[in-house]
Amino acid sequence: MKSKLNLDPKIIESARSCAAGIAADMQKFIDRHTTVSTERTVVRLLGIDGVDDVDTPLPNVVVDAIKDGGGLPRGAAYWIGNAMIQTGLSPQEIAEKVAAGELDLMKLPLATVEEAQEKLLPVVTDTLNKIKAQREKREHYLNTLGEGKQPYLYVIVATGNIYEDIVQAKAAAKQGADVIAVIRTTAQSLLDYVPYGPTTEGFGGTYATQENFRLMRKALDEVGEEVGRYIRLCNYSSGMCMPEIAAMGAIERLDVMLNDALYGILFRDINMQRTLVDQYFSRVIIGYSGIIFNSGEDNYLTTADAYEEAHTVLASQFINEQFAVLANIPANQMGLGHAFEMDPDLENGFLYELAQAIMAREIFPEAPLKYMPPTKFMTGNIFKGHIQDALFNLVSVWSGQTIQLLGMLTEAIHTPHLHDRMLSIENASYIFNNARALGEEVEFKEGGIIQKRAQSVLAEAEKLLRNIEKEGLFATIEQGKFGGVKRARDGGKGLDGVCAKDDEYFNPFIPLMLGGAK
Amino acid sequence: MGSNNTTATATVDFTKVKPYGDTMNDGMVQMSFTLPVLAGDEANEAAKQLAKKMGLDEPNVVFFKDLGVDFTYFIVYGKCQHTVDYSSIKVPKVEGEVMDRLECEKYIEENIKRDVVIVGACTGTDAHTVGIDAIMNMKGFHGHFGLERYKGIEAHNMGSQVPNEELVAKAIELKADAILVSQVVTQKDVHIKNLTELVELLEAEGIRDKVILCCGGPRISHELAQELGYDAGFGPNTYAEHVASFVLTEIVRRNRI
Repeated sequence: MKSKLNLDPKIIESARSCAAGIAADMQKFIDRHTTVSTERTVVRLLGIDGVDDVDTPLPNVVVDAIKDGGGLPRGAAYWIGNAMIQTGLSPQEIAEKVAAGELDLMKLPLATVEEAQEKLLPVVTDTLNKIKAQREKREHYLNTLGEGKQPYLYVIVATGNIYEDIVQAKAAAKQGADVIAVIRTTAQSLLDYVPYGPTTEGFGGTYATQENFRLMRKALDEVGEEVGRYIRLCNYSSGMCMPEIAAMGAIERLDVMLNDALYGILFRDINMQRTLVDQYFSRVIIGYSGIIFNSGEDNYLTTADAYEEAHTVLASQFINEQFAVLANIPANQMGLGHAFEMDPDLENGFLYELAQAIMAREIFPEAPLKYMPPTKFMTGNIFKGHIQDALFNLVSVWSGQTIQLLGMLTEAIHTPHLHDRMLSIENASYIFNNARALGEEVEFKEGGIIQKRAQSVLAEAEKLLRNIEKEGLFATIEQGKFGGVKRARDGGKGLDGVCAKDDEYFNPFIPLMLGGAK
Repeated sequence: MGSNNTTATATVDFTKVKPYGDTMNDGMVQMSFTLPVLAGDEANEAAKQLAKKMGLDEPNVVFFKDLGVDFTYFIVYGKCQHTVDYSSIKVPKVEGEVMDRLECEKYIEENIKRDVVIVGACTGTDAHTVGIDAIMNMKGFHGHFGLERYKGIEAHNMGSQVPNEELVAKAIELKADAILVSQVVTQKDVHIKNLTELVELLEAEGIRDKVILCCGGPRISHELAQELGYDAGFGPNTYAEHVASFVLTEIVRRNRI
């Protein structure tokens, strides 16, 4: 398709190849390391779940025991496989015995790595089959129930109480929502464990727990059958437990997960080594499970200026794309993020937003782009806010975005009330329907404001990526080139959970998941 | 028209102020709300009766919509019967001016002329970083950016469960201008012990006078903070700009520029 923005394919190609170089360089580091959260994910996928008598999740109990015993470099899978051979118990029974202090994984006789792998294989296959069944169930729903038109209407629920969230989510689906995201409680991203069971108390959101995922999934399947549309469920595979939550999402059939290679580093001050190792396994799981990931570039614009720093968003999209390629995620699951965050007082701001949105569409033609609403310049003036959201909706349908996180007129006041969501769905539905084919009808003036804006953002992004490729991603983040945030390589939270693998390390899921998705 | 109509335009009576729509004292109010009832005539009647109880005469449901789960949304107009005496209102003003982020940045540039170093942590066993993150992290809270975002402020958020000793060591290492301590958990007055211990440590290291010491949390008041030997205490609804304004003006007041 001919570029409406007259973007130079050579510059796009160069930017993409720099990003591929950056990701490949980082992958060398990733491949040599593992983390406590990555290993907890392995044990979860081996079927270990539940908590001990002081509510510590068993995946933490087991992996902490392995870590304290010096066994982490070998990987948790080996120790569980070995214990299965030596004790004849299941992974869950082993975990319970470790929690009760009746079993020391480090003090058992040692089988070979091959023996451990062989012992684990039926358990691994069983889990993969469960995930595959969920993927097939999603496909079945999409084939029989169908889905809403794009851009999908994405709304959030955030009551703190999963049961109240379900009421709100069902109402939103009946009003027309296609994707329901359950916002997480404040600071869950910094917990180095995943809470257990259904939860009814949270601050500004609801705990991501496997049981909460299951409850919401069930509710959305019910309401989906009622309204005759598959309703997608979204949560966060991010923070200190990034891959663990991806595994929970895979098992409970989440459809969309927020997952960004850099977000935790920049905005949650999680150690960069930890996050980059964690994002890899989380993305392998996401790719295998048919989940769409959403990257968090929109966040840069809440801290940096949306006009000045637009190229950092594009550069980060390229990097997120290439990390996803390494995790074998197909293009149609790459929900790269961006946002409508320019100052409403900026003259021709709408033209710039439109230029950037169409640019993202042209550069990532198959990606289910996720477009984020104005938040930074929402004031509490709900009437103006509703118009800002309307302009955002117009850009979205015009430029062919895929997932539209609906703006709320009450942004900056409270988490959405029941009718706030209705008003924003009504706003988007009206505009999407009224302007559905606008993008196919309109072309842009050669060398005009819109074309020039997109070309200059692309050129800047390519320049930045060339720079990063030369200096390396760690160094770039240390210099504060993304979102204006500086992070130290050894700083932030969670570094003590990173370790180098030994020669016999193995993670039984990664090769099979990478192979299985191909 | 002409001069004989002038009496029809009432002037405002500041002892009896009420809302204005298009005519003085018409009392016009617009509002919207949802009731947990099925849409229909009964729902509209319920909305009207409710509006009357809120003090609105002639309530008018101009729009309603079924929200899909046996809830109904209403937009209602009505004429407010109540008035307030505006002339007698006195609002106590907060002491110390709060500057917004840009004003803080300008203040640093003009008055301090160097980077201000602020170290923060959630100390002791407290794992709730909500507060310290809201104040310090780039993203801030509620649309109020945190101190990391401030040009001219070098903010170091050490996170949760930081021992007081580590916090003090970090402050010394970075030659911090200010220390921020967040305490969310207050069971068994653990925050009092923790906060007191920090003051004692700073005194033992001989740097208590060299730093501006602030604490914050949902149960912290300025009064409590001062009792414990802190320069300021910040309770709920505090944003980065409140803390920054205090710290920056304190630096200048103490001539630590």
